[in-house]
Amino acid sequence: MAEVLAAADLGVLLGALRARGYRVVGPRVAAGVIQYAELDDAGDLPHGWTDEQAPGRYRLARRDDDAYFGYAVGPHSWKRELLPPRVRLWQASRDGLAVEEEETDYQPTAFVGVRPCELAAIAIQDRVFLDGRFADRDYAARRADVFLVAVECGSPSSLCFCSSLGTGPGATDGFDLALTELHAGEHRFLVRSGSSAGNAVLADLPTRPAARADLETAEQVVEAAARAQAGRFAAEDVHDLLLRNLESPHWDAVAERCLSCGNCTLVCPTCFCTHVEDTSSLDGETAARDRVWDTCFSLRYAEMHGGNTRPTTRARYRQWLTHKLATWEDQFGTSGCVGCGRCIAWCPAAIDIRAEVAAIRQEDAHAHA
Amino acid sequence: MAPLPYVVARKRRETRDVWTLELEPVDEAIEQIRPGQFTMLYRFGVGEAPISSSGDPELGFRLVHTMREAGQVTRGLCAAKPGDLVGVRGPFGNAWPVDTARGKDVVFVAGGIGLPPLRGAVYDVLAHRNGFGRVVLLYGGRSPGELVFRSDVERWRSRLDVDVEVTVDTAGHDWRGNVGVVTKLIPRAPFDPANAVAFVVGPEIMMRFAAAALIERGLPQESLWISMERTMRCGVGLCGHCQLGPTLICRDGPVYRWDEMRPWLEVAAL
Ligand SMILES: Cc1cc2nc3c(=O)[nH]c(=O)nc-3n(C[C@H](O)[C@H](O)[C@H](O)COP(=O)(O)OP(=O)(O)OC[C@H]3O[C@@H](n4cnc5c(N)ncnc54)[C@H](O)[C@@H]3O)c2cc1C
Ligand code: SF4
Ligand code: SF4
Repeated sequence: MAEVLAAADLGVLLGALRARGYRVVGPRVAAGVIQYAELDDAGDLPHGWTDEQAPGRYRLARRDDDAYFGYAVGPHSWKRELLPPRVRLWQASRDGLAVEEEETDYQPTAFVGVRPCELAAIAIQDRVFLDGRFADRDYAARRADVFLVAVECGSPSSLCFCSSLGTGPGATDGFDLALTELHAGEHRFLVRSGSSAGNAVLADLPTRPAARADLETAEQVVEAAARAQAGRFAAEDVHDLLLRNLESPHWDAVAERCLSCGNCTLVCPTCFCTHVEDTSSLDGETAARDRVWDTCFSLRYAEMHGGNTRPTTRARYRQWLTHKLATWEDQFGTSGCVGCGRCIAWCPAAIDIRAEVAAIRQEDAHAHA
Repeated sequence: MAPLPYVVARKRRETRDVWTLELEPVDEAIEQIRPGQFTMLYRFGVGEAPISSSGDPELGFRLVHTMREAGQVTRGLCAAKPGDLVGVRGPFGNAWPVDTARGKDVVFVAGGIGLPPLRGAVYDVLAHRNGFGRVVLLYGGRSPGELVFRSDVERWRSRLDVDVEVTVDTAGHDWRGNVGVVTKLIPRAPFDPANAVAFVVGPEIMMRFAAAALIERGLPQESLWISMERTMRCGVGLCGHCQLGPTLICRDGPVYRWDEMRPWLEVAAL
């Protein structure tokens, strides 16, 4: 069941979400990039902007239309909302070592402009934080009342490879509402609901039923986005390929370029590693524990009494890439990569995960020819 | 998951820098811990460290942990006095599959601070002594002064139904026992490799040599178990630190069958 919303009425959607008590977070231009931040109205959206991306490069540029969602993805992802860079887990007083966990009654939040690859990334983090034997209390509380407004992709960047991984550019499930921005003719959105919460919001909107032409146009938008990325990444057999090449000389070649800065892990929507910081007050009477983002590229990450288990950049890059594309599957039953391209754009050394896999694939083919 | 307060009921010095703490819950207790499992021990304001249970499983809710002063947290824990409070989360990880050894010979091989994680399993086997064949403990330390649980080891050694061999890397003239690495004891240890199960804990390099020697003796790889160690920040599979190839050690381990872990140990710096 699909409806059509005029682009001029996008603000009604944001208002309807707010009226239902949601904090509304979505894309807006700030500091030269498209970030996710609170939105006051549709005027805050990056309409007329796109992002030009290449390895080690991200630039905003003007579009020749006034599309609201005419870009791919910026450096932010929704993990900033669900797994913030720093959260307080608990505080304790010395007296009786009474530990008090942090309150977790978060305001329900609507994420507006969630890309299909980001829906996939959220589903991956859900598996990590909710589906194991120990669910994470803070993540569960933040995730519980999230309303997801997905927007299918019409303008993938040159770095996107979701279609090779089956995570986009269309949205099939995992959303409350899914929009497709249509330009041909009237500027409008095709709106589909994916949940009862979505149905309720949709009922508040001044929509009309979608006609066959609307549906066909939306399909064409997504098909064109998929076509634009065809052949960018060969995902077949990548799990076994990487695990049988753990001693490949190519890891040394990447290590010569990689700065071990960890940018790739910070921008990646699925990377979830954290460490904890324990602090105590000046008088020593209270203590607290914070959880903060960590990166497998940091020197300290694998440091143990008796040495560092990954002392070289070669070991760290290998850990990162093989975790994303191979061992994540063993650990959580899903790939750890959704093909968003962020790690490529934001790598200061312009290292491209796709090219590194391709190089290993080529070398592997040689070795087994 | 937040730590539960436990009080230090007893404290015993094992060596210059290794201490055993016996902990009792102030109020709520964690689930019964099994040999091989670990807890995250919290020292107020300093931090947390994963520490294996070294207790007799029959002790019930009383927790026993033996730790070396390796850094800030373990130093803080070792400095705790009877009556002090520490925080406990757990129990985490899997346990030694002691039942797979029923009816068979059992071989424990411990290097250094590797004995505490095995101690509960030794107690378990000895408490059901009739259920097992021969019981062998091979224990090695760097020097006589670095051996832990000396009174336990003496007691086990004096039993006729347990074969205990202790060795040290280097010793003075007053040491009358074996000298050399613990793996050297494996070739002549009294067990039937075709019908035995081995539990091995120590530094990774020691576990690799021990595994090689045990397999050389004819022990099937499937009968050999080790306990792994990596940095851990959460203990519940969410912080990422302890991953090694396809596995998260706090979640799937720390106890692994040798043939499952071997391929990943063979890749340097994985
Ligand atoms: C499953 C498991 C069971 C274990 N069981 C036992 C046991 O029974 N007994 C026992 O004694 N030990 C045991 N250990 C090891 C024990 O957990 C470590 O010795 C302990 O975590 C060290 O913590 P620490 O804070 O005292 O030392 P750290 O402060 O972590 O310092 C130890 C060393 O590591 C380095 N280091 C590591 N991380 C950091 C960091 N973030 N910042 C600064 N320096 C860092 C430092 O250079 C330092 O020299 C076990 C480990 C695991 C994983
Ligand atoms: S690994 Fe790179 S392309 Fe894959 S999800 Fe992470 S940031 Fe996106
Ligand atoms: S791959 Fe690039 S972004 Fe990632 S750590 Fe290396 S230099 Fe930094």
